[in-house]
Amino acid sequence: MKQFVKGNDALSEAAIIAGCRHYFGYPITPQNEITAYMARRMKEVGGVFIQAESETAAINMVFGAAATGVRTMTTTSSPGFSLMQEGVSYLAAGHLPCVIANIMRGGPGLGNIAGAQGDYFQAVKGGGHGDYKLIVLTPAYVQEMIDFTILGFDLADKYLIPVLILVDGIVGQMVEPAEFPQNYVPKVYDKPWALTGAKGRPKNVVRTLWLDDNGVELNNIRLQQKYARIKAEFVMYEEYMTEDAEVILVAYGTPARICKAITKKMREEGRKVGTFRIQSAFPFPEYRLMELALQKHLKGFLVVEMSAGQMVEDVRLSVKDYKPVYFYGRMGGALPEEKSIVEHTLEILRIKV
Amino acid sequence: MELKLIFDKPKTMTDAKTHYCPGCGHGVVHRLIAEVIDELGIRERTVGIAPVGCAVNAYEYWDIDMCEAAHGRVGAVATGIKRSRPELIVFGYQGDGDLAAIGLAETLHAANRGENITIIFINNATYGMTGGQTAPTTLPGQITRTSPNGRDPSNEGYPMRIAEMIAFLEAPVYVERTEVTSTETIFKTKQAIKKAFKLQMENKGYTFVEILSGCPNEWHLNPVEANKWIESEMTKFFPLGVYKDKYPNIK
Repeated sequence: MKQFVKGNDALSEAAIIAGCRHYFGYPITPQNEITAYMARRMKEVGGVFIQAESETAAINMVFGAAATGVRTMTTTSSPGFSLMQEGVSYLAAGHLPCVIANIMRGGPGLGNIAGAQGDYFQAVKGGGHGDYKLIVLTPAYVQEMIDFTILGFDLADKYLIPVLILVDGIVGQMVEPAEFPQNYVPKVYDKPWALTGAKGRPKNVVRTLWLDDNGVELNNIRLQQKYARIKAEFVMYEEYMTEDAEVILVAYGTPARICKAITKKMREEGRKVGTFRIQSAFPFPEYRLMELALQKHLKGFLVVEMSAGQMVEDVRLSVKDYKPVYFYGRMGGALPEEKSIVEHTLEILRIKV
Repeated sequence: MELKLIFDKPKTMTDAKTHYCPGCGHGVVHRLIAEVIDELGIRERTVGIAPVGCAVNAYEYWDIDMCEAAHGRVGAVATGIKRSRPELIVFGYQGDGDLAAIGLAETLHAANRGENITIIFINNATYGMTGGQTAPTTLPGQITRTSPNGRDPSNEGYPMRIAEMIAFLEAPVYVERTEVTSTETIFKTKQAIKKAFKLQMENKGYTFVEILSGCPNEWHLNPVEANKWIESEMTKFFPLGVYKDKYPNIK
C-alpha cells in the first residue's frame, strides 16, 4: 500500500527493513530527519543508535560494527561526507560492508543547506586516499530511497564493499507516495571473516596495513579484481524514449526528473528527445551509453547536473568521440531551469549532421 | 628426574617475534595482557584493537581476533565492535600520539559514554614510530625531533595528563596509571589490567589503564637509564596511582 513519506524517512525505515540494527550518525542538514528517525526507531526494534561526537567518529563506529559482521549504516551531508573520507578509505581497504548515505547540499565549504550534486567526484573517483571504489546508487524518487537502500545492504554484503547512496537534498526532503516492501526477509550472508571471538577457529584480523614487501599491492589487486567483477555483474539505469532520440538528456537525481518531464513535453511537440537516467554512478552504465552513441540518428547528449559538470566527464569517457557531449548545470543549490534545458536541447536538435 | 614446566609463553601470544626495540615497554605489556586473558579464560571472546604507531602490528602477536583502526580512532572503532556484539571483551591498545593527540575526541567521548570497553594506554612521552617527535605527553624541556631545544610550554603547551582527564569524567569506573620498570611495578600493572578486564566482564563500564613505558631509542638512553628516567622524571609529571575506582572491592 502506497503512503506519503519523506525521502529521508523512507531511507531510514528501508535500512531497518534491510536488517540494519546499528546506526551511527551525526546531525547535519538536510539529513537531520534520519538521525531523529533512527534515534526513535532503533530503540523500538532493539537496535543501536549512537549520535557520535563527529562524522569522523561515526564512520569509525561503522568500521567497528562492520568488522563484526552486522549490518550497519551512517548518513550525512556534504561537509560531513568530507570528514568521513578517512574512514571510507579504510572501510574499502578492509573489504568491509556497510551503507553510507550522502544527502548532498551546496558547497564547497559550508555552502548552504539546499540540495546539490557537487560531491559526485568525491563519491565515484575516491575522496579518500588510495585506489578504491564504492558502489554508488543515485535515487531520484522516494520509492528509490527505499528500494536502493535495501539493495545497497545486499550489494554491500555480496561484494564486501561500502555502498554509497548519493542523493541531492531535494529527494531527501521530498514527500511523495511510496511503498515499503511487505514481509521482506533480509538475505543472510555467511561472514567467516568477521570478528566474533576466535572460538573454535583460527583468529580473524581486520586490517588495512601490510608492511611487508607486496601486501598492500596484493590487497589493491584484490580490490581491483572485485571492482571488475562488480562492473561485469551490476549496473543500473533507466531509459525514457531513447530509442529514436536525436538528443539524449543524461542526469541523475532531481535533474533527471526535470529532464524526463521535458522529454515528455518536447515529444508532444514532435521533437525526438529522450532521457537517460543514471541509477548507479559506479558502476557507470558506460557500455549502454556507447551503444546509444552509435545510433546514427543521435546528434548528441546533454548532461544536466546540479554541479559544475562533474558527471559529464564520465559520459564523455563512455561515449568517447562518437557523439558530442554538451553540458548545462547550476551550482550551489540552484536548480537547472526547464527553459534553459529546452534551449540547449533545441540548439543540439538544430545541428545538421 | 621429572622435568616440571614452571614458566611458559601465554596461550594468547603467538610464536611471532616482536619487532620492538630493547628496553621498550610494549613487549612487557603485550605479555601482561596475554597472561590476563589466559587467566580470565576469555581468549575465545576477546577482540583487540591495534593502534597506529609502534604497536601497529600488535595483531601479529596476540592469538585473538584483532582489528586495526585509523590513527586515533580506537575509541570509535571499539564502540562499534562492542555495541554490535556486547558479549565480546573489547580492548583498545594505544600510544600517546594516537590516543592523546589525533584521537583525543574519540578517546574522551568513548569514555564519557561509558562504553563497556578497556583502553590500555602506553605513554612514552614521544612519537616512537615516526622517529621521536613531540607528543602531547612530552615533558617540559624534553628534547624531541620536533622540539630540538626542548619542549617549551609557551610554544607547545604543557603535557596532557590523560588518566586525570578521564577520571574527571562521570562515566568511567576505573582509571589507574602504572609503569613497567621493575618486577614490582610490572606486577602492579598486571593487576590493574586484570581488574580493568574483570570490570568489563561484569559489565561495569569503561576502564582505562595508563602505563608509563620506556622508549630508549628515541630518548637516546640505554634501557637501564630509560627506566631510571621514567622513575625520576616521568612520574613527577605523571604520578602513579588509582585515579578512579567505583568498585574497590573487585580485585
